Amino acid sequence: MTRWDDLDFALLRALSQDATQSAGSLGRFLSLSQPATWRRIKRLQEAGVLAGRRIDLDAEALGFGVTVFLGVKLATKGRVSLEDFERAVTAIPEVQTVQHVLGLYDYRLRVVARDISDFERVLRRRIMALPGVGDVEANVLLSEERVSGPL
Amino acid sequence: MLDDLDRRILRFLQSDPAAPMAEVAERCQSQPATVARRLERLKVQGILRGQYAVIDWAVLGYAVEVSLRFTLDKTNAKAFDEFLTAAREIRQVIAIQTFLGRVDVRLSVIAKDMADYQKLYRNEILNLPHILELEALMHVATLKTAEALPL
Repeated sequence: MTRWDDLDFALLRALSQDATQSAGSLGRFLSLSQPATWRRIKRLQEAGVLAGRRIDLDAEALGFGVTVFLGVKLATKGRVSLEDFERAVTAIPEVQTVQHVLGLYDYRLRVVARDISDFERVLRRRIMALPGVGDVEANVLLSEERVSGPL
Repeated sequence: MLDDLDRRILRFLQSDPAAPMAEVAERCQSQPATVARRLERLKVQGILRGQYAVIDWAVLGYAVEVSLRFTLDKTNAKAFDEFLTAAREIRQVIAIQTFLGRVDVRLSVIAKDMADYQKLYRNEILNLPHILELEALMHVATLKTAEALPL
């Protein structure tokens, strides 16, 4: 795991802020030549460290004012297969992320809605109707920051 | 506000952010110049904030990811600010979210292995100020992470 050096980390840090930067401008910033920068980016992509891109949208400006995290516990473990629950939950458009976790809950969902009453609709009609769903805990997101982590 | 074409462009970019302009235009039944103009306008309006690279921490050797959910001592008016300031200093924190609900703050932390996690937990996490309650959810698998808005 020592095949990544400080320059790779600097590249990752820069790309995790803005993925549209060209190899040329990143290279100037890091005092690397354009081809050397490009080769490093290519290597990070091939290794899977750079796992794609995401566009950053202002959800609120697009009419999605509410983001809620749900902790979901399955009520009937064993009887309803996890696959059934997983297939159904990942198909809900308002559910942005699904994580299988160990601890107080079985799954952690990130749900986006237009407002609180829209969230209630998603919760009642979609989430509560999922096969095997048991206890659900909701926490409304107030703020969120991405930090660069150990880079 | 947004029209159908804006929505189509954003929907397509959410699924394929790195797509070249010509392909975006073709898939949205429009012209590259029109798409470029629309994207420019969405940027000016602050709806499209940019693009960022997704980093796969597991490939970098961080095999463990844990969601730490904190309840803070709100009798202290500075609890949130002091907690968040201290949390930002921890290198293995990759996301910070605040909530309305039973959970006040959630930190996403990563570690190389369980021993590394234990070190992080004992030396840094438990030293954060104003913690009333703390629970951990260990990530087993991520089933959906598009974080796409249902436009």
